[in-house]
Amino acid sequence: MTFSEAPIKINGEQLIELPQDLYIPPEALRIFLETFEGPLDLLLYLIKKENFNILDIPIADITRQYLKYIELMGELQIELAAEYLLMAAMLAEIKSRLLLPKPAATEENEEQDPRAELVRRLQEYERFQQAANNLDALPRVDRDFFIAETDCPPLEYEIVKPEVSLSDIFQALQAVLARAKLFAHHHIALEILSIRERMTLVLSQLNPDEFIEFTRFFKVKEGRMGVAVTLIAVLELIRQSSIELVQTQPFAPIYVKAKG
Amino acid sequence: MLEDLESIIESILFTAGEPVSIERLQQLISLPGMEISSQELRSSLENLASYYQNRGIELLEVASGYRFQARVEFTPWLQRLHARKSVRYSRTFLETLALVIYRQPITRGEIEEVRGVSVSTQIIKSLLELEWIRAIGFRDVPGKPALYSTTQKFLDDFNLKSLNELPTLQEPKNLEQLEKQLIENNANKNNQVLFEPNDTSNLPTH
Repeated sequence: MTFSEAPIKINGEQLIELPQDLYIPPEALRIFLETFEGPLDLLLYLIKKENFNILDIPIADITRQYLKYIELMGELQIELAAEYLLMAAMLAEIKSRLLLPKPAATEENEEQDPRAELVRRLQEYERFQQAANNLDALPRVDRDFFIAETDCPPLEYEIVKPEVSLSDIFQALQAVLARAKLFAHHHIALEILSIRERMTLVLSQLNPDEFIEFTRFFKVKEGRMGVAVTLIAVLELIRQSSIELVQTQPFAPIYVKAKG
Repeated sequence: MLEDLESIIESILFTAGEPVSIERLQQLISLPGMEISSQELRSSLENLASYYQNRGIELLEVASGYRFQARVEFTPWLQRLHARKSVRYSRTFLETLALVIYRQPITRGEIEEVRGVSVSTQIIKSLLELEWIRAIGFRDVPGKPALYSTTQKFLDDFNLKSLNELPTLQEPKNLEQLEKQLIENNANKNNQVLFEPNDTSNLPTH
């Protein structure tokens, strides 16, 4: 027996010497067996090799051959995907179902060939094998055609220099200074005017018998930060129940008085 | 109408590094108060194409727009030039790609179902890296498998304007017909074939 009906290709090159006996270098056989893409691929190969009709596969034959290949792959220590063994079991199952006496076919229970599902899958896979071949034959960038490109010439950007008047500069400077001022306050003020210190100051001006106007503690010349520190100091003193605030009616002046 | 519209288009297409669509050309070339119509662009593109008629370069339209490429008849020389670049793709790769093309959007599981063997992550990864396929969503079933589809870049890289230009998939034989045929075949035969005693195996024996 020979492989001659169906030329065997290894990586696209026809294999002239067929893997028939020990004259075949095991490596060649190994490469050949490794090119199978899975059980369906192997089955399709066997069907084509034997010129079997895909619609009427002799299951016994094909199973026997399939198992030989599987054994061989095992001997060559090719890592077998579990799918190969699953397929072997499926073939055996189909064969056993074919051997069973068939129940009389009725109208509703139409007879189904146990091979039908396998044939469907083989055909489906064959379609995509064909599609893959067609795809490979299509012109492809960087293999069958090449894109034409040139480099951009060095791009020169014209830098437009605006005219600046002296007053613009002053305005810009003012804006910067204004902002710098704000930043300066935020950063430094806390260091100078500690809240503890201000609390002491406020308390020292108070006594339990005297009401002092709330606004008197705030000194405009200390700026926003000074005002804020005073407010926090007063609030903190209230929280500690050291002082209390009194207001007789809405919008009336607020007075501060030491507790105790 | 810009006097040197053709040359402007030509310089854009040569330096863009990717196909350029009519819409993009319109955006690039139009100035405020001077809208370039797609009609004008198309006729300029036609003129450009005919200008290049007898040269080594041609103007072509692909899925994402227009681009210049070397004429196919000069490919043999270019292949020598780019010898190291071109890649041969494995059957696994091509079969997987074929499944994404013809069955998109498709999950990995569905690819495995047809091929009868698991799909390696590497294959999906290299298809994604080539930007020939992309995940366009997830199927709302347990595991939320990604759904893969082909991209415009895939069409560009195969010189196609749309998927319709691809060869059609071989018609499957109708399954009902198939079964009928199988049954007929069985009826016409005895079971001898199934019990053929001779081992017809061609395999070397060890």
